[in-house]
Amino acid sequence: MPLVKSGTIIADPFTAVADDAPLPDGPTIVSAARLLANKEALFARNVALGVAWPNNRDVAELEPLLPRLALVALAFPKFRDGRAFSQARLLRERYGFTGELRATGNVLRDQLLMMARAGFDAFELEKAADAGTVHRALTSYSIFYQPTGDGRRTAAETRRAAKGRLA
Amino acid sequence: MYVHDAFDRTFLQERVAEFRDQVARRLSGALTEEEFKPLRLMNGVYLQLHAYMLRVCIPYGTLNSTQLKALARVARRYDRGYGHFTTRQNIQFNWIKLAELPDAMAELAEVGIHGIQTSGNCIRNTTTDAFAGAARDEIEDPRLYAEVIRQWSTLHPEFTYLPRKFKIAITAAKHDRAATRVHDVGLRLRQRDGHTGFEVMVGGGLGRTPFIGQTIRDFLPKEDLLSYLEAILRTYNLGGRRDNIYKARVKIQVHEMGPEAFAEKVEAEWQAIRDGALRLDETAISAIADRFVNPDLPPLADHPPELTAALAEPAFARWHANSVAPHKAAGHAIVTLSLKPVGGPPGDCTADQMDAIADLADRYAYGEIRVAHEQNLVFPHVRQKDLPALWKALDAIGVATPNVGLVTDIISCPGLDYCSLANTRSIPIAQKLTERFADDARIADIGRLHVNISGCINACGHHHIGHIGILGVEKKDEEFFQITLGGKGNSKARLGELIGPAIPESEIVDAVERLVETYLELRTSPQETFIAAVERLGIEPFKERAYAPR
Ligand code: HEM
Ligand code: SF4
Repeated sequence: MPLVKSGTIIADPFTAVADDAPLPDGPTIVSAARLLANKEALFARNVALGVAWPNNRDVAELEPLLPRLALVALAFPKFRDGRAFSQARLLRERYGFTGELRATGNVLRDQLLMMARAGFDAFELEKAADAGTVHRALTSYSIFYQPTGDGRRTAAETRRAAKGRLA
Repeated sequence: MYVHDAFDRTFLQERVAEFRDQVARRLSGALTEEEFKPLRLMNGVYLQLHAYMLRVCIPYGTLNSTQLKALARVARRYDRGYGHFTTRQNIQFNWIKLAELPDAMAELAEVGIHGIQTSGNCIRNTTTDAFAGAARDEIEDPRLYAEVIRQWSTLHPEFTYLPRKFKIAITAAKHDRAATRVHDVGLRLRQRDGHTGFEVMVGGGLGRTPFIGQTIRDFLPKEDLLSYLEAILRTYNLGGRRDNIYKARVKIQVHEMGPEAFAEKVEAEWQAIRDGALRLDETAISAIADRFVNPDLPPLADHPPELTAALAEPAFARWHANSVAPHKAAGHAIVTLSLKPVGGPPGDCTADQMDAIADLADRYAYGEIRVAHEQNLVFPHVRQKDLPALWKALDAIGVATPNVGLVTDIISCPGLDYCSLANTRSIPIAQKLTERFADDARIADIGRLHVNISGCINACGHHHIGHIGILGVEKKDEEFFQITLGGKGNSKARLGELIGPAIPESEIVDAVERLVETYLELRTSPQETFIAAVERLGIEPFKERAYAPR
């Protein structure tokens, strides 16, 4: 499962831990339940902390904790299950999360651009063979019709800007 | 017509390139069929009984003659020389080879058409009134807003992996020709205090659990159209059921939560985003409006002498009575081309017919063609004085059967002849009915009557909203059909009522004929339509007769 961030394959600095496992020293990803049960202790450790948030739980619950979280991992248990697309946009656009937003689970190259547009910046790819194609997947389109928080200009905005120049 | 520009063209080329790569990966085995499936579905490619099927999107049912010719080319080069127009204003090709699909798509992309989002669990082609921009009873041309929705929903990154498909329909006329109450979202354009907006209905749909859509907002100002839709879709994407494919449509979520609770959730979401980037200010709307080029209709008078003279001919008069509708511009008319010839599969059109229709559109109809929900084609702008000549030309190519809106203008799904989900055939039932009711004078006397046929509970033929609905069911490996009566798809939408046990295939045509005869006997006058009689009398008198002689 290669991890791709900002377009390149990187070694994962985080360790995801099971709920009953002891915490490792470095950056750690815990479950939502463990985070909510022990938040003060976990934040007090002073190492980068991430949470694996399930796709059937309201991300509004996370809002007060976001400034202290380095990472939120959202799940695609099946690539067909697209709830995390909405969660990602809410985290970025409504709650202003600026840390790493990681897509996990059944993450395939044909979904990457949409994930990026929804606010994900890190992808745990399910297939190693997809790693070399990430750049291509992320640049396969130059035209976007709807605004999201990713800042890409929409076709309508580009049209308007072009008109302005001509006028 | 909406005119595509360099942006739209670049986008489509990028899409074809992406699909070409996906097909290559599928053919090489890098993608499994399970992984390829949602990707091909997003491009309108189904795997059917005999072959891959390509469903091509005709945005809100509007085509120009160049596009229709491209469809004819694809039908000829990659298929078996015909295409099938659907109730969702799309066209389907049933015999395309996977390896050739990217080439077929590239040809279509050259004229601005594609199969994007014609299937899969995403926002589908927004459908509207086939008479849009021409109808006398419309407030405004709804295609402007259909185009606004098309752009917003195209490859929407948040809403491409929804629990299930999502269909939006929009109407702007008094008479709802887009069946908005049986869509996931129905939009009805309204005016209030000089301001344009929409009534928003949600949770309609047919299939195995039919529901009529509920109004969750009486008046949504047009500026807020996209933010409100985004709020609905987000509520659905996060909260719609994913545990059971048969309960995954938004109608089930609305039903289980209750429309009020659903509306409240949408409202809360909407308040958080309504002043954001999706707000449609005047510049945004007029930027899209400017890209529509509508024909300059010359000032003409109604009832020109050419028309009056032709009306003396009974065959022309009969066609005129059901195929020609009033236009908002004097001296013009809207013409429906019947794709329901006696004995033919409803909605089929050959490549040669498409070419001929495209030429006739150039000559008589400002090059514009529409696909109607009833699986017919429409010329929205025709000069009344040209009607006699146009009629002769349409008749010569077999698309002037005078049955528009009548008992043989049957809506039918593909059924077992093509569809892998079917219980029964449906096209052959439609064909037999058109043969039984082949007499033009008789069907004119019977009057307005919608017959809808579905080959299984998925209801692609909209049988629930047929005045007479026919649903194929299987019993001990034999084809049986259930009949419903009294369904309606218009603004007073209502689901038909089941009249009793299913009828074997060999008796279904007789049963329908008996229903029609019962109506003829019981109607108070020829002005009382079939549906009005059913509403007045209830289903009892019909039920008795449908099963009568055993
Ligand atoms: C042969 C290939 C086809 C297949 C496999 C197919 C499959 C389906 C399925 C499974 C549904 C139910 C989805 C749901 O309720 O969640 C459905 C609905 C629908 N289909 Fe098809 N279909 C096919 C062809 C067509 C054609 C040719 C038409 C138009 C004539 C059509 C029009 C519709 C419509 C309007 C609905 C929505 C019914 C509703 O309101 O729930 N389909 N289709
Ligand atoms: S109603 Fe059933 S048989 Fe007919 S096309 Fe739809 S899925 Fe196939």
